Amino acid sequence: MPALYRLTATETRLFFREPVLVFFTLAFPPLLLVVFGAIPAMREPSDDAVGLRAIDLYVPITVALGLAMFALNCLPQLFATYREKGVLRRMRTTPVEPRTMLGAQLLMALVLSAATALVVLAIGRLAFDVSLPRHLPAYLAGYLPTALSVFTIGLLVASLASTGKSAGAIGTLVFFPLVFFAGLWLPRAGMPDVLRAISDVTPLGAGVQSLQDATAGHWPQPLHLAVVLGWAVLAGVPAARYFRWE
Amino acid sequence: MAIIEVHGLVKRYGDHTAVDGVGFAVEQGEIFGILGPNGAGKTTTVECVEGLRAPDGGTIRVCGLDPRRDTGELRQLLGAQLQESELPDKLKVREALELYSSFYRRPADWRELVEVLRLTDRLDTQFRRLSGGQKQRLSIALALIGDPRVAVLDELTTGLDPRARRDAWDLIAGVRDRGVTILLVTHFMEEAERLCDRLAVINSGRVVALDSPAGLVSRIGDRQRVRFRPSAPLDHATLTALPEVTSVQQAGDRLVVTGTGDLLVAVTAVLARHRITAAELRVEQTSLDDAFVALTGRPANP
Repeated sequence: MPALYRLTATETRLFFREPVLVFFTLAFPPLLLVVFGAIPAMREPSDDAVGLRAIDLYVPITVALGLAMFALNCLPQLFATYREKGVLRRMRTTPVEPRTMLGAQLLMALVLSAATALVVLAIGRLAFDVSLPRHLPAYLAGYLPTALSVFTIGLLVASLASTGKSAGAIGTLVFFPLVFFAGLWLPRAGMPDVLRAISDVTPLGAGVQSLQDATAGHWPQPLHLAVVLGWAVLAGVPAARYFRWE
Repeated sequence: MAIIEVHGLVKRYGDHTAVDGVGFAVEQGEIFGILGPNGAGKTTTVECVEGLRAPDGGTIRVCGLDPRRDTGELRQLLGAQLQESELPDKLKVREALELYSSFYRRPADWRELVEVLRLTDRLDTQFRRLSGGQKQRLSIALALIGDPRVAVLDELTTGLDPRARRDAWDLIAGVRDRGVTILLVTHFMEEAERLCDRLAVINSGRVVALDSPAGLVSRIGDRQRVRFRPSAPLDHATLTALPEVTSVQQAGDRLVVTGTGDLLVAVTAVLARHRITAAELRVEQTSLDDAFVALTGRPANP
């Protein structure tokens, strides 16, 4: 489909013209991993039975952070701004439907966030000796549904917000609790039981655990897959209901 | 054969009927104007023709297609320039043209379009850095980039300076000469008079007149106005007594005499008889503006 391809290419080119956006979505997660890894305590084995170091736990967390950045700090604002400015309306007058634009933005976000994930994994492996995912299909089985669910939440934000600015604000508001329960401030292993139980039913808490499990060579747990896909449905239905092209 | 046919078009928004039985037919190669005061239902009408809105009643055919059913095919044949529709801030002119031309089966040559629209030296400029007139010209280019058979241009020259407006008119005339039928929404009388072969005047969701610009003007008769500053006070009754005069108004130190026929000859004869001279004498013919006010009861540019 050439229109989708061309639109994705154009959207990607426009994305790279926004230095602040590029920094936070592409560069920030790997940079954060480097900073964490530079702290000696992060590289000490823990006391628990698994013997994972904090830096081992932070690799899937920064992968999830990359997804959340695109889903909540980039997509909703981009899409709502296009709607506000009538970019999508103009598109409706051409043979290419505006849903192709939505597809292009999602495709761009998926490809670029996957690229961030690869960079994070590579830095983890090369700089801090974090093992690569042992079970690649299991890793994808954890990554793709998590991407689906946070992108859908981002679309819900875009649907509910009236302007590009408000979409950006709501996105940020949703971003912080999601990355908190992903373990950005306190990895899940160190969370009190109550927090971890809540984290288990948040999209990024469940997502991070799935990535963690796949890294150790296991399939994601049914609970976590169900939680992630459940969020995709929970956000997807109202997003479709309130979605507007103009 | 008519290329655009609209019959009994109805569109409601809640309780408000925005378009109430509008009908007209546009012949191939015509520049057809839709004229009306703000909120008359002009934009809603053309958005139904473009297939952007679903009518609540009536039928529309564009090149024989139903805009709601055959939307995909219509998009190839109809180019639209919308009011208040922007592009991404940092998209460059060349990128916009290349992108949009890739959407069509048989696109026009965009290099030629930018030449005609004088955008050649702006190809590497981002959209946000274009002036209002340049944005508008790019918008026209994008409406024509699919080499359409019908182009719908909504408030095309709003926000353009007089020079850019005249350039846009030349361009539209040039596009028509290539065989493109043009549906033009406007509230500029001069634009309608200059460009349109025929006009539909819409008021409160209905077509109140459909004619050529000259035809519309002649409907309200050969009314004229004579304006002057009399050298001495003059009893209005001496003027209103003339068969040619319909009314006399005082505007400051001037008199405005409205009437028909040989109005100027009659008025100057009376003035000469009373040994009054008329300073700053002006004669005004009725214009499309007057016709518009007569038809809609409102001025076009409030």
